[in-house]
Amino acid sequence: FMQRGLDSQTKKQLEEEEKKIISEEHWYLDVPDLKEKESCIIEERSFLRCEDLVYGRMSFKGFNPEIEKLMIQMNSKCKEEEIEEDDKMEADVSDEEMARRYETLVGTIGKKFLRKRDQRVLKDDDEDDEVEEGNSSTKPSKRAKKMFLKPQD
Amino acid sequence: MAAQRGTAAEALVGQVVLPGDLLLLPAHYDEDAEGERLRLSTGAAPQGRLLCGPGLRRSGAGLLVTKCGLLRHRPAGGGAFWVDSQQKRYVPVKGDHVIGIVTAKAGDVFRLDVGGSEPASLSYLAFEGATKRNRPNVQVGDLIYGQFVVANKDMEPEMVCIDSSGKSSGMGIIGQDGFLFKVSLGLIRKLLAPKCEIIQELSQLYPFELVLGMNGRIWVKAKTVQQTLIIVNILEACEYMTAEQRKQALAKLSGN
Repeated sequence: FMQRGLDSQTKKQLEEEEKKIISEEHWYLDVPDLKEKESCIIEERSFLRCEDLVYGRMSFKGFNPEIEKLMIQMNSKCKEEEIEEDDKMEADVSDEEMARRYETLVGTIGKKFLRKRDQRVLKDDDEDDEVEEGNSSTKPSKRAKKMFLKPQD
Repeated sequence: MAAQRGTAAEALVGQVVLPGDLLLLPAHYDEDAEGERLRLSTGAAPQGRLLCGPGLRRSGAGLLVTKCGLLRHRPAGGGAFWVDSQQKRYVPVKGDHVIGIVTAKAGDVFRLDVGGSEPASLSYLAFEGATKRNRPNVQVGDLIYGQFVVANKDMEPEMVCIDSSGKSSGMGIIGQDGFLFKVSLGLIRKLLAPKCEIIQELSQLYPFELVLGMNGRIWVKAKTVQQTLIIVNILEACEYMTAEQRKQALAKLSGN
């Protein structure tokens, strides 16, 4: 059947013969194709799509506040979609709060990337600020440390 | 058997139809306009497809009625016809929100009784925020409010407690206390109608919480047992009371 060394020509001939045999044996309908009718009717077994039913979970007079919120949300979904959602998105974080947070955020992340010397400066400043009645003697000594002191003979 | 000659669907809206009635639709719904048809002067041709709701089946020339009840019609959104019938036995339908009672825990799956022919299955991952390590705390006997994701006559129904976006939106385990009882399916649909007078009148009485399942089950919780029982009795009885009788009953209660 699949013999090695067969020329491609003889292979083709064999294939054609096989196809002929198969197609003669194939049954086919001698009937013209029926046009598929596009049905304009959909069958539905659920009442939900026919009638306009509200959501099944309800709460009245504040018995369950979460469900009352849900009721408003679900029942208005039928009428206005996505408008309420957009409003909620905007009100999450107000612009002022965002600006305030961002301000402090920049400072804290900035400190992370300071070099050691700069960090020490920052620390000194902080300590100076905190200690109001601080020792004034420490100040010059700290400042002096930075400069190289020539050893006295 | 001679072919039954149907009547126009729109002529029977609001009237009682019986199984076996054939309803003809206005000509623009069908592709081949053959046969005798009552041409109704409808307005502009509706866009979209016609919805053939519960109680109706599509058959060749029109719609075949399979349940007895009142024929309803909704002209909006392509139009819809359905039969408003009354029954007590629930058949699971995809997309319905129902109250189920947990009857068994089988490994990773809970079995819930929803009032249908088979118990529904609910996977423990189908809750909001549930992971393999963070399992929901569900015990046998708990009440669960969820929706069907698979519900046909060949397979066991499956439920989930989250919607398509992954949020629970009110579904899940229903809390402690409260009272569960069963009513007919028609009453549930009446109570779930957009502006239901019964619910509006009841909401004036006491603060309470209500969960309505499409399988005929209602769960009520109020502050005291007595208030809960009053609400239960009203809901059960209001199916057969007229509006005036109901208002009288409520007036007596609010007077107390």
